[in-house]
Amino acid sequence: MIIDQIWMVFWTLIKIVAIVLPLIIVVAYLTYAERRVIGFMQGRMGPNRVGLFGFKLWGLAQPFADTFKLLLKEIIFPANANKFLFLLAPVITLATAFAAWAVIPFNDYLVLADINAGLVYILAMTSLGVYGVIIAGWASNSKYAILGALRSAAQIVSYEIAMGFALVGVLIASGSLNLTEIVHSQSGGIFSWFFIPLFPLFVIYFISGVAETNRAPFDVAEGESEIVAGFHVEYSGAAFALFFLGEYANMIMISALSAIMFLGGWYSPFTGDAWYAQSSIFWFLGKLSFFLLLYLWFRATFPRFRYDQIMRLGWKIFIPITIVWIMVVAVMKVYKPEWIGG
Amino acid sequence: MKIFRYLKSLTLKELLKGMTVTGKYFFKRKFTIRYPEEKTPKSDRFRGLHALRRYPNGEERCIACKLCEAVCPALAITIDSEERDDGTRRTTKYEIDLFKCIYCGFCEESCPVDSIVLTDIHEFHFESEGKNVLDKKQLLEIGDMREKEIAECRENDAEYR
Repeated sequence: MIIDQIWMVFWTLIKIVAIVLPLIIVVAYLTYAERRVIGFMQGRMGPNRVGLFGFKLWGLAQPFADTFKLLLKEIIFPANANKFLFLLAPVITLATAFAAWAVIPFNDYLVLADINAGLVYILAMTSLGVYGVIIAGWASNSKYAILGALRSAAQIVSYEIAMGFALVGVLIASGSLNLTEIVHSQSGGIFSWFFIPLFPLFVIYFISGVAETNRAPFDVAEGESEIVAGFHVEYSGAAFALFFLGEYANMIMISALSAIMFLGGWYSPFTGDAWYAQSSIFWFLGKLSFFLLLYLWFRATFPRFRYDQIMRLGWKIFIPITIVWIMVVAVMKVYKPEWIGG
Repeated sequence: MKIFRYLKSLTLKELLKGMTVTGKYFFKRKFTIRYPEEKTPKSDRFRGLHALRRYPNGEERCIACKLCEAVCPALAITIDSEERDDGTRRTTKYEIDLFKCIYCGFCEESCPVDSIVLTDIHEFHFESEGKNVLDKKQLLEIGDMREKEIAECRENDAEYR
């Protein structure tokens, strides 16, 4: 009895490590991919130097070099900063970014916590992440940090609404809050995926996701040109590394959610019995990588939005469109349920 | 019409156009020179590290006329001289402070016997304080080491001088 419970806890811990460890490695290599892809798009080489044992390996050891550098560096505390909150902020950012991964299904059975309100849980976790940003900005005792935190908070709150509405469309279409169920309701080839009937919501969801994670072109919260680095300007060493980790984990999560909710998760775009028509975790990872590439592509292409442009886009364009499309989806659900996956 | 512009912006046409451009550049050839392995060609007139040359019979060229010391705009050259046993005037001290030197090449131009020259060596560093001042021995060593290249560059450039 008690043994069972201990084993249960232990088994869950193993599963958590099995999710978090690959996630950290993917984050490390996402930073490498980012520098490399953006470099290529701008006609440069990107990092191609750091290798192992004298082999250059196209710079594949670069993320490890960066990690060790950050971990070995000193954490500098600004004068009169609130040390407790200063250190708590990166932990909150990272913890919420990782916690949201608990309900992401990688496969029909590969999911840590198959709870029935998974989507609401994810919305809650991504919203909590903004506390890390605000606390970091306030505890740093620096005007640049507080300005960055304010911008970031306003932006995340605004885009959360559009994002939430886009998810409402998915909820109506699939009739479930459980992520596995949502994927299951998209079975049957590329034409039953939700991105076709919910196309505007799909586009708006991903763009809001980019804004939500404070990535280019919505990165006014970092805004190198005017507020240096925004809320994490005073952070260094391991604390800065945690912020970095959290930001990239969030990016990967937005990509995973887009794949799950609009591109049929682990389902193959083909139908039939051929090997390429089987559903597999590799389809899921492939779709996820596509969205990650889009993130990097956006950053290589678009200049940063002005602050008022961001607010206008969020409130006056995205929210009205999502509301209208939710109504369209509701009407479809009632009169033509076969259009949205029956 | 404003409404058409509005609808057009909803298609994200211009954003996709921009992404096409960056997408194309992703596959284009990169022009980066991977420096230590690849190098750009250098001109025969490249002005790098200094050297003092010798005549083919091993006699040093410098006659201590001090024209280079006089023309040097950065006052980087210091020369002392005395009469040698065979009655010729030679330098006892010939020092160049590389921190002062601006690599303008006036010393080479002013030299009547082509003794002081600027070689094409540009990859050098100093490992301790004071090593920035090259003395006569070091300069002659550089000259002996690179004599072939130095002569070749002067030969190639001779008709344009």
